[in-house]
Amino acid sequence: MCSVCGCAEGETRIEGMDQHHHHHHHHEEAVAPGAGGPPLLHFGQGVARAHVPGLSQQRMVQIEQDILAKNDRYARQNREEFARRSLFALNLVSSPGSGKTSLLTRTLKTLNQRFPVAVIEGDQQTSNDADRIRQTGVQAVQINTGKGCHLDAHMVGHALEQLEALHGGVLFIENVGNLVCPAAFDLGEAHKVAILSVTEGEDKPIKYPDMFHAADLLLLNKVDLLPYLNFDVEACIDYARRVKQDIQVIQISAQTGEGMQEWLDWLLAGRSRLINQRLRELDREAQALKALL
Amino acid sequence: MHEMSIAESLIQLLEEQALAQQFSRVRKLWLEIGPLASVDVPSLQFCFEAVSRHTLAEAAVLEIIEVPGLAWCLGCEARVDIHQRFDACPKCGSYRLQVIQGDELRVKELEVD
Repeated sequence: MCSVCGCAEGETRIEGMDQHHHHHHHHEEAVAPGAGGPPLLHFGQGVARAHVPGLSQQRMVQIEQDILAKNDRYARQNREEFARRSLFALNLVSSPGSGKTSLLTRTLKTLNQRFPVAVIEGDQQTSNDADRIRQTGVQAVQINTGKGCHLDAHMVGHALEQLEALHGGVLFIENVGNLVCPAAFDLGEAHKVAILSVTEGEDKPIKYPDMFHAADLLLLNKVDLLPYLNFDVEACIDYARRVKQDIQVIQISAQTGEGMQEWLDWLLAGRSRLINQRLRELDREAQALKALL
Repeated sequence: MHEMSIAESLIQLLEEQALAQQFSRVRKLWLEIGPLASVDVPSLQFCFEAVSRHTLAEAAVLEIIEVPGLAWCLGCEARVDIHQRFDACPKCGSYRLQVIQGDELRVKELEVD
């Protein structure tokens, strides 16, 4: 475990990064992306094992610190990097099998014509999803979390290093399929987008309230299957709004394309907002510089 | 399941504090956890015990201070108790609630030497 940047968590691998030493933002030994094959990062050993020598008397220490403060620091760094590169970053969360990757490949085929897009894929094992993304011609970095049940901001920071050329577009971060754990970890994204398929049951939002509370947009996927199911769309949306009053909902089908335009419009609007905000910041900076003349 | 990551983050936080505040062992720690913090306390206890082995917090006692969930009901214009994110206002039954307290997940205090 690296006591400086805190790479610790078990068996994570990120494409393009060396298995033994992968923290090139903190250490002198820079690691070249994997020669030949697609990039893959590997997070190494166990938990923190550092010891502090010397004994002092027993005492009380007031700390008052959030346990996830470290993740939040990395998330802040990612957010700054996204802003610097004018990247609209989305954290896609869902249970396994919600159709996340199918929805994503269909989205990428449209967006790829218009501006830069890339994907960071999180799964416990395999690079199957990143391979599916690459077939659409879009750059993808696979993170394997090993035993881990979620992506954290530190992993995403390393994966971002593999996407150096990406500016001014949309970055999709496809989290590990899990409606519990990813809710607690900010990755620096602009929004969490929850994908729920109508084959899963309409009460998912109240069964997994943390996730739907963390999301700003709910994509209700596979709506082409509604005629064959007993899924109550209104009840589902009502449940989602109980845990998050202002959550936006788009009914969509990656198969038929229903709802795709609404989803694309949402994406484009978010990206425009981000770029406009960046322009205003740069403007202010330029004004401040001119004032120095 | 993510309680393991939280336990690891906790050990890292203790090690940073050990350097900053010059201590070498943690005997007891008090955590504030709210019902909306997406943490299962028994699972966190279990993970902490596993992860703290051979660290400065080995065999440390984990004390949990349960922070009650509180929300502001827009209908009643009053503070009400909640236990889950989807709870309705216990007074008027409305879901127009803004969470004020209950998502805490923090270290409050340590007993160290």
